[in-house]
Parts: sequence; C-alpha cells; structure tokens
Amino acid sequence: MLNWLKHKDYPDFWNEYHKNFNSKTAHTLTTTRFVIFDTETTGLNTQTDRILSIGAIGLTGNVIDITDSFEMYITQDTFNPETVKIHGILKQGHITKVSEKEAIQLFLEYIKDSILVAHHTRFDLTMINNALARLQLPKLKNKTLDTEILFKKTKLCNQHNQRYSLDKLCNIFNIAMHDRHTASGDAYITSLIFLKIIALLKKERKITLKDLFFGQNRRGLL
Amino acid sequence: MKNTIAERVFDFLKNYPPFHFLTQEQLYTISQNVKVIYLEEHTYLFKQEERIHDHFYIVKDGAVGLFRSLNTLVDKCDEGDIFGLRALIRKGNYILDAQAIEESIVYSISSKLLEEVIQTNIEANKFLLATFATNTRNPYSNQEKGTLFANVNTLHRNTFDEVQSASFSKKPIICSIETSIKDAAIIMTNQRVGSIIVTNDDKPIGIITDKDLRTKIATGKVLIEACVADIMSSPVITYPQNISVSEAQIAMLQHKITHLCITEDGTTESNLIGILSEHDLVVLQGNNPSALIKETKRAITTDKLRDIRHKAHRYLEGYLNQNMPIFHITKVISAINRSVMQRAIQLSIEEMSKKPPVAFSWLTLGSQGRSEQLLFTDQDNALLFDDVSDNNYSETKNYFLLLSEKITTKLKQIGFEYCPAKMMANNSKWCLSLKEWKEQFNNWITVPNEDKILLSTIFFDYQIIYGHQGLTNTLSDSIFESIKRYEIFLNFLGLNAIKNPPPLSFFKHFLVEHSGIHKNQFDIKARAIMPIVDAARVLILSHAIKNQNNTILRYQKLAELEPQNKDLYESCANAFKILLRFRTQQGLSHGNSGRFIDLKSLSKLDRLKLKGCFKPIKDIQELIQVRFKLSQIL
Repeated sequence: MLNWLKHKDYPDFWNEYHKNFNSKTAHTLTTTRFVIFDTETTGLNTQTDRILSIGAIGLTGNVIDITDSFEMYITQDTFNPETVKIHGILKQGHITKVSEKEAIQLFLEYIKDSILVAHHTRFDLTMINNALARLQLPKLKNKTLDTEILFKKTKLCNQHNQRYSLDKLCNIFNIAMHDRHTASGDAYITSLIFLKIIALLKKERKITLKDLFFGQNRRGLL
Repeated sequence: MKNTIAERVFDFLKNYPPFHFLTQEQLYTISQNVKVIYLEEHTYLFKQEERIHDHFYIVKDGAVGLFRSLNTLVDKCDEGDIFGLRALIRKGNYILDAQAIEESIVYSISSKLLEEVIQTNIEANKFLLATFATNTRNPYSNQEKGTLFANVNTLHRNTFDEVQSASFSKKPIICSIETSIKDAAIIMTNQRVGSIIVTNDDKPIGIITDKDLRTKIATGKVLIEACVADIMSSPVITYPQNISVSEAQIAMLQHKITHLCITEDGTTESNLIGILSEHDLVVLQGNNPSALIKETKRAITTDKLRDIRHKAHRYLEGYLNQNMPIFHITKVISAINRSVMQRAIQLSIEEMSKKPPVAFSWLTLGSQGRSEQLLFTDQDNALLFDDVSDNNYSETKNYFLLLSEKITTKLKQIGFEYCPAKMMANNSKWCLSLKEWKEQFNNWITVPNEDKILLSTIFFDYQIIYGHQGLTNTLSDSIFESIKRYEIFLNFLGLNAIKNPPPLSFFKHFLVEHSGIHKNQFDIKARAIMPIVDAARVLILSHAIKNQNNTILRYQKLAELEPQNKDLYESCANAFKILLRFRTQQGLSHGNSGRFIDLKSLSKLDRLKLKGCFKPIKDIQELIQVRFKLSQIL
C-alpha cells in the first residue's frame, strides 16, 4: 500500500535486494536458479532462539555449483548449551563469525530473486524473517519450495499423513549423510534430494516450474 | 572462509588418482570449484561430435557408460573413474557418447584449473597421460610408452631382510693399540682388507679404515710412524652376532659408518668375534639366489630341498616388495626351481636299483615350461626316453614310470602339488618313447580337436629340466615339421587364443565369475594372463621359432621379427609383466594361487593398472583374428 514511502528508510542492501524482483524474465525449470539453504539455530523456538549459521548452495538445471555456495556463522548473544550437541557450534568457536546483521545482508546479496528451497522450509524461513524483523526489515520476497512437500507429490510417497524428516529422505534416496547437522551439509543433502525429486516428478509426468508450487499452502514443521 | 561442501568433495577426490598426488592446497582449490552434476538414468553428459566442454568428469556415484556409434559400449566408469579427458587437449569434438547407465552424480572439474594445478605435479601429470592413453584409440603412441605405469610408486618395507640374519667375517683383522700406522697399513694390505680393528685384551676399542688413511695420513696431518691410537675412530659401534640385515643397515646409516663390530654380548666390554662391513651386506643381498642354488647341489634329502624352495618363496616376496623387475624375478625363481627339480631327479635316480637303461629327458610343461611360475602351483611334467627295440620296450617304460613315481613324490614333498588332471610323468600316457611322442604330437597337429588343442597349449611349452638335450631337439624338430605340413593347425591354435576376449572394464559384477566357489571374483589367469600367453605361442610357432618358451622373450622375439608390430608386442609383454606381478602379489598375500581376485579388495590404482592391461589383449586378439583369417572359421 504505502510501501514506497517506507522504502526510503530501508538500508541500501535491502533496496538492492528488492530491485532483483523487478525483472520480469520468465524462467523455466532448467534455467532458474534455486538456492537450497538450511539454518542451524540455538533451538526450535522461532521467537526466542537465534540463527547460528546459514548454509546454502546454488543449483541451476541439474548442476550444483560449489563456487556458488554460502556458509556463514553468526556471533551469539543468546546461547543455548543444550543444542550444542546437535549442531556442534560453540559460542566461542574457532570459526570466523559475523554479526546477525552482516550475515543477513550477505545472504540477501547471495540469494537475489532465486527460488529458495529447504527441508521444512517454514522453520528456516521464519528464523530468517524474524532476524529481518529485528533489523526492522520486511519479510523475504523469494518464492519458496519445501522438499518434504515436494516429496509428497511423488509416487514414492505412500503415506501422506506421515512426516518425512531429512534423515528419512536420505534413506529413501540412498544419500550418504555426511556433515549432517551443519547448515551447509544439510543444504547440500537437501539439494541432492531436490534433484532426485524433480527427476522423479519429471518421469511421472511433464512438469513445469509452476507445478512445483501447486499445493504449497500446507504448513511445514511448525 | 569455511566451505563444508568443498571439504566433502575434497574427502572424496583425495582417494582417487590423479588427485591423491596433489598437495592438500592444490586439491582444495580444485574442490572449491567443482560442479556437481546430477544425471538421471539414460541422460547424456556429452555426445559424439559435440564440441568438447571445458570440463572433465569424475563419477561420484552411479555409473556412466562411454559409447561408440550404434551403442557399442567402450567403457564403463564407476565411482572414482575419470572420463572426458579429451577436454584437456582443449580442441576438437568428443569421439564417444557419455551416458548415465544408472542414476549418477558426477563431479565436473575445470580442465583449465587442473592444468594450472598439475603443471608442477609430475606424478599427476603422468597419470593423466596414462589414463588418456588407455582411453584413446592408439595407446601405443611413442610418447606414452613406458610411462603407463611408471607413476605407480610402491615403496614397501623390505620384509625379507628383516628376517634374515647378517653373516659377518668371523676372522676380523686386528692389531694392538701400540701398533704403528705403517704396520697396520701393511697388515691391511697383506690381508686385503679395508679396515682393521684395534683391540685391547680381545675387546675392540677402535677401528681404522681406508678412509682414515686417506684423510689423516695421505693429507700429511699425522705421520705414518705414529701410533694407530692417533687416527682410530673410537669407540666402535658394537652389536651382538644375531643382528639382522636391516638392523645392520639402519645402524650403519644412523652412525654414518661402514663397519660394525660384532662382540659376544653386543657391548664393547666383551670379546670381539667378528666384523660386519657394508660390503658384506651388499654381497649378502646379491648372492642369495646363487648361494641357494649351491645349496641345492649339496642337498641330500628331500626335506632340505623343501627348505630351499621355501626360502626362495620368501625371497620372492622380498623381490616383489623391492619392486625388482618381474622378468628378473622369474629368471631367479625359475633357476632355483630348476635346480631343485634337477636335484630331486638326481636323488631319485640314485635310489633306483640301476642306472637309466637309455637316454631320457625330464620335461616341465605349461607355466613351468615357460619359466613363468613364481608361486607354488601344481606340477606338470612329462618324460621322454630314447627309442628301444620292441622287446625291451615294456621293461624300459616300467623303469621310467617307477623313476617318475619317485620324482613326482619328491616334488610333492618339496611343495609342488600333484596335477589334478594327472599331467605328470608317472602317468603312462605321458611317459613315452621319442617315437610315441612324435606320433602323439603329429596326431594332435594333423587331426586336431578341442581337447588336443588344449593339450598342445600345455605340452608345446615344454622345457628340458634334466637329461638328454638331443632327444628334445629331435622332438621339437618333428613338431615344426608337422606344423609346416598342416598349417591349418595354427588356425585352430589361433582360435583357441582368442576364445577368451578381454574384459571391457571392471564394473560391479560385470566381468567376474558368475557361479561356483569363485563367484564374484575376477579370474586373472583365464581372463588376462592366458590370452596373452596363448597369443604369444601361436605367433611364435607361426614363425617356426624353436626353444623360445618364455612369454616375455617370445614377445621380444616377435617385436624383432615384425618391426611394424613392435609397439603392440611390447605392450603385450608389459601387460604380461604387470599381470604376473599382480597375480604373484595376490597369491602371496592370500597364501593361494592368486588366480581369483576379489575386486572389492583392490585399490583404485590397482584396478586401473589391471584395466590398462586389457587393451593390448584386445588388440593382439584382433591381430590374430586377421592373420589367421579366423573370421572365416568362426
């Protein structure tokens, strides 16, 4: 509505990010850039917990480009020692870390207008959107896909009411679970799952980019 | 910045050649720039006539097939295999299709980046050349010759030295501490030694070597009238007498010395009993086989011969570990085998109540006949005796059968198992007079069938071990005469030589045995070694070359006779050497004949080595097919 008035108050990086969405180039399944991402967080409460790290990797067609990857660790104010045993990220680790603001800014620069893909996207998306809110910024504008929902579109899925964790999908698709519970590792695994699901769907029927978003309005993990 | 995914790629690539030759830094740079490609089953990565990509590929998961026109599968690449190396030459088009045979994940690596990285890495460079060579249609180009496996470094520990105790000179040349340098030098000269131990009350206190005389006397630093104590190295390094060769080597290296004093309890406080020089070690290592052969000549019991043969078996392991040329190893081991067998025959003759009634020769057949037997395998032998009158025939034959019985029993005791097919001289079928052998061989040649051809491949590689050389020569002449008259025999032999086509590549269960106790194992003898051996035999026989049994020598001879095919013959000989070494190593490490190989136990490098041997087999078989016009027979 009066969005254009607010624009002036946003920092440059947000405006730059925003501009990406002005272009109206039509993309297809093989030409569009997907960014598969994952966040590691201090816990599962999207309000009180914080992002520890973001891992992401770019994918176009059937090619995952390792030069086009993103891996960022964030300095913490709140810290939940309980989750350290899952993700292994200590408050004072030896890995170089940046502030939340810096990480979000770099992430926006990296994703541009790509389609975001994650496993249980809703959670990771909310974590990022909440971080944006803390910076007084609006939510992400990118289209999103969820590998669990996509998987349920395939014929391999026979129990639609069941939840499919990343581990479960790794088993189904026979993917080695390396670097599980690191943001980048999970993002990479998710990207392989994504490629396999797309291949399955293609085999079952002729699909377009649009088809992937159909029936997306189901709730994720939350 | 940390890059978890690149690290994962790094962890994968580091296990495979050529990447394992790279430094961590080089490999990490490459890993960071990898593109991961997902291929559905039946999708193409590139097609023939397509312009080459600026990337080459390595299979991460799944399998990619390389096809020539009309879906002819040329090669199957699975985990860790690289393909599309054509990109490295940066121009032209692909000559093969690359298609995913199953759902696959492939890493694509920038050829430009790899080039930058490997320019300084000779090992990686060589490997890529070799791989490229085996993937091209002409792997025998002169540039790559010999480099095919030159990059394979096998630095093993020298195991046989560790068990062997060093023998030292038991009468060391000594002098007392009051001796003048001049007198000491005179003693050394008279005794023809390079060192003298200075002792006090039989305990070593110092040593003077030629080097001391050079550096301290000839330079004028010390006068020759001075006392030995002025120039001797003191204290001396002492060891007890059970020191092993490798201990001695290490001690010499550690102390940078060339002589060790051996004392009763290994300290300078006990009496000197000997001296061990670097020269002794060299002699010891060089002389092992010949010392062993001398030992056989003195052996008077079968047990002693068995010990000798087992000792040779241990040397074999050491030679392989030292990466000694396989041809040299076969010569040494065959020489020992020969002399062990000769001695067993002599001992058997001595046990007989009377001397052999007529001249005879004892022949070994098959791999022994070709001097290619390295491991303990079955004994294959035959006996040939001079013609006798019909009246004396049965008595003579019985004599030789009895003798053969004794010999084969002894050979079994020594470690050569009986041949399950009873291809042994104690079988009356294979203990024949010259006339009978001639007729037999003539029959095989003129009226061949599958069984006779098979027998020919074993019997025609005979070698005389003991007895009358003239008899065997006559027999050989008669074989060549028969062949000359019935040349069609060579065609049958040729047909036999190509009946086992080489495997295409290793791929899961693609070419392993499908049934029996060796299910899922690779039969290196039937599928790789015998085709090369058979090819050499038929070709050498077609040139009517006599007394040339050894496969390597046969190919050398063939290369000499047909310069136009020199490259092919040389690569066959090389492939044979690699395969023989491989089989022997496998046999030693598993304590069996090494014939069946579990592919899973092989490293990537070993699999590539084997794979490289299949190409020459394919080519030599093509040559035989054309030369003997076998397509008409087929």
